[in-house]
Amino acid sequence: MNTAGRDKGMQPLLEVENLVKTYSRRRLAGSGEGVRALDGVSFSIFRGTTLAIVGESGSGKSTLAFCLACLEKPTSGAIRFEDKDIVTLSEKDLRAIRRQMQLIFQDPASSFNPRWGVGEILIEPLALQGNLGRDEMRTRAHALLEQVGLSSSMEAKLASELSGGQRQRLAIARALMLEPKVLILDEALSALDCSVQAQIANLLVDLQSSCGMTYLFITHDLAMAAHLADEIAVMSKGRIVEHGAPNKILNQPQSVITRELLAAVPRLGFAGTRVAES
Amino acid sequence: MGNYPWFAHRHVFLVQFGVLLQHASMGSILEIRDLRVAYRSRNGDLSRALDGVSFFLGPGEVLGVLGESGSGKSTLALSLLGLLPRDSVVASGAVLFQGRDLLKAEPRELQAIRGKNISLIFQEPSVALHPTMRVGRQVRQILDAHGMGDRDELVRRTREVFETLFAEEAERIARSYPHQLSGGQRQRVLIAQAIACRPSVVIADEPTASLDPTTQKEILDVFRGLRKNLGLTMIFITHNPALLSGFADRVLVFYAGRVAELGPAKRVLTSPKHPYTQALFRSIPPLDEPHDAGERSLPTIPPDPNRSFPPRSGCPFEPRCPERMEICKSRDPGFVSLSESHMVSCFRYENQ
Amino acid sequence: MPYLLRRFGHAIFLLIGVSVLAFVFTVLAPGNYFDEMRLNPQIAPESIVALKTQYEVDRPLPVRYLHWVGSVLRGDMGFSFAYNSPVAPLLFIRARNTLLLTITAMLLAWGIALPLGIWSAEHQGGVPDRLVSSGTAALMVIPDLALSLGLLVVAVKSGWFPMGGMVSLQFESLSFLGKIRDLFLHMALPIAALVISVLPLLVRHVRAAIAEVLDAPFLLAAQGHGIPRRTLLYGYALPAAANPLISLFGFSVGTLLSGSLLVEVVMSWPGLGPFLLEAILARDLYVVIGGVLLSTLFLVGGNFLADLLLYWADPRIRTEAGT
Repeated sequence: MNTAGRDKGMQPLLEVENLVKTYSRRRLAGSGEGVRALDGVSFSIFRGTTLAIVGESGSGKSTLAFCLACLEKPTSGAIRFEDKDIVTLSEKDLRAIRRQMQLIFQDPASSFNPRWGVGEILIEPLALQGNLGRDEMRTRAHALLEQVGLSSSMEAKLASELSGGQRQRLAIARALMLEPKVLILDEALSALDCSVQAQIANLLVDLQSSCGMTYLFITHDLAMAAHLADEIAVMSKGRIVEHGAPNKILNQPQSVITRELLAAVPRLGFAGTRVAES
Repeated sequence: MGNYPWFAHRHVFLVQFGVLLQHASMGSILEIRDLRVAYRSRNGDLSRALDGVSFFLGPGEVLGVLGESGSGKSTLALSLLGLLPRDSVVASGAVLFQGRDLLKAEPRELQAIRGKNISLIFQEPSVALHPTMRVGRQVRQILDAHGMGDRDELVRRTREVFETLFAEEAERIARSYPHQLSGGQRQRVLIAQAIACRPSVVIADEPTASLDPTTQKEILDVFRGLRKNLGLTMIFITHNPALLSGFADRVLVFYAGRVAELGPAKRVLTSPKHPYTQALFRSIPPLDEPHDAGERSLPTIPPDPNRSFPPRSGCPFEPRCPERMEICKSRDPGFVSLSESHMVSCFRYENQ
Repeated sequence: MPYLLRRFGHAIFLLIGVSVLAFVFTVLAPGNYFDEMRLNPQIAPESIVALKTQYEVDRPLPVRYLHWVGSVLRGDMGFSFAYNSPVAPLLFIRARNTLLLTITAMLLAWGIALPLGIWSAEHQGGVPDRLVSSGTAALMVIPDLALSLGLLVVAVKSGWFPMGGMVSLQFESLSFLGKIRDLFLHMALPIAALVISVLPLLVRHVRAAIAEVLDAPFLLAAQGHGIPRRTLLYGYALPAAANPLISLFGFSVGTLLSGSLLVEVVMSWPGLGPFLLEAILARDLYVVIGGVLLSTLFLVGGNFLADLLLYWADPRIRTEAGT
């Protein structure tokens, strides 16, 4: 799909160019050197496609997510969203961009007030914007609950009463309330059970085919990345070390990092392993 | 017993016991018989967490326990050591260890067994260590609690354990506080705590869930090494079946607090028999063959429409089962032995 | 140790700030020692003028402040009009008495609060816990003044304890043990009043802090490793809960100190309380400022001690400080 977009000469929805993020290490005595969490990252995502970013913890994946979601200012480089460089935008203009790029975390529970009802959680981000009436917001909340596979009767439940999978569905519904164009999923499936991961993965696929949603899927799960993504970028130490179609990454990995990541993935198969029969 | 309607189907035990005793004669270290645990909610209702679980653990064996959140796998780990929270009720069953029933043991007896004979590796290394105590001391305290010698001896043993788990930096790590260590290092410290007293059984509850794949592999290799060198007997609890392949000897699949399937790892993992196990494995995206351009949705297990309702009779998986039959609604499936050591709780195999 | 250095800097800064404020407010307050003197027909107006010049009462404020600072550095802390002597020796003997009271009360209060709070937290929701929490709730609603007066009534009725003062008249003639016993009897009531006034608060906070930690996974883990109950409570739970408790310790220094000033007045303990009150009534300027400054010093000292403890107890603070 990505290549299809390129063929038609389309503009990418999101383009990242030479992004650098340095954290100063002021607390550590003596070292004036900062830590380069992102060290010149470039990529682009076309509308309606999925880019997966894989890498170990500490490779800079989450910093990237935070920069894209405008929660952190990159040290240098450009992030072009629909041809606007959001790095240079003012705080006021950023607000409009932020609602178009929603971030979903690994543990949505920590971003919900456990004493709030599902309805309130959904309506809150819209109420902050204040463009819609209460009834309209509720109608949209109901529709989205159904769309993410929760029933609208759940509206009255408390966030703390939901299961892990339901909370992640709710997090997606809340992000969708603002009608974003891009969802940044930061390890959004990692804490879920396998069968629930599959359900949420299917939900993401459905949303993409029905609404043309664009995803940046950040994960350390190579198998899920290969399943969901049109392209995979492998990150290590703040750089993208390999970038390509899932098939290529899995079958002809070029970099050592990718090969190591692949070797570390536990597999269900039994090729080459000895098992003591009892 | 009359208070617990889910006890009703007695004939199940008989089948279970039959299979169980057959293996018990081979000599087991730990034996769990018909364990039933429930949690009491604030309004007094009971919800079952373990519903008639029986299995045994042979010496030197690694038993993989596979289950999703809420299946009761963590309850199992806690109940084996008498660590269940106050709102739990052990309705029946026995946990037999060295001829004693741990469920009936005095607190003092249990305390002496915990960490010394049976030890537990908790999930989440980031919160399972004391935040303001050096990790070396956290290992030494355990040795001390079990009277493993005088001060010098404790120090020596602690150093030994750290040297087993950390190749070069044992000394430095032992002197560190948890927040100064990486996730993988903290996990190794948890393992050090668990093996410090050379226990007969180690129970690991999702020991790698919060680690990235590279570290996860490292920790699994640590377990493999310990098994080889110390002959570790282990219950390895996880939600990820892939972690068990090449590591566990037998796999026990948990569903809704029950054993759905139990058998040799190779058989269960490569050709699972229970419809739940089959559906679970199908829902995991395969790494080697990425999707075709067209087919993108993963086969999933449909949710249980009556999830919150009180338990009914019949097979617990029936509402979600793609292969349900009429009988599954009304009767509780017993265990069917597919081979000497492979059993499955499903009516589909009853007449084979 | 930049962390401790920083905290020490804060403390010094605070002391200087308080000294300026205390100085300014006391000096600017209407009336002074010599106004009272003027009402006394036996003192000639000329001598008052002479005294005023001697004490620089009419000089500008900054000059007086600087002179006072000089006097503090010399160890005099100004001059008391009423006692006709440098302030420092007068203050120090009272401060010693106040410290004797507050430090003893502090040790006693924490010595009771820790085991009681831990015991209560361990039996959360049980009978002991409910007893402790209703007991502390009842004590909490009694005002300090009523408490002191009540204890005095008890003392009068029972005759077990001496009324007021720090030692008996015949103190000097007593044997060493007799002296200690006499001092102890005199201390009993004010200390009881102080301990009872802070105890409920301490117990409740200890209980809450420990109860929170008891739910922590690492305690379940430690229990799972067979760590005995006592070690679990005192060796694991208490250090983990130390952070909020140490802050509370700093706070309790202040509470006890201000409580002590009141209790001393009511029970006529020769500490800073009655001395300061007397000085305020007589407008004995430098005594008041000195007293305020000394109380602040104790308070700041208590908090600095809390910072030290925190630094010692929590390795995360040490790392943050970059040592």
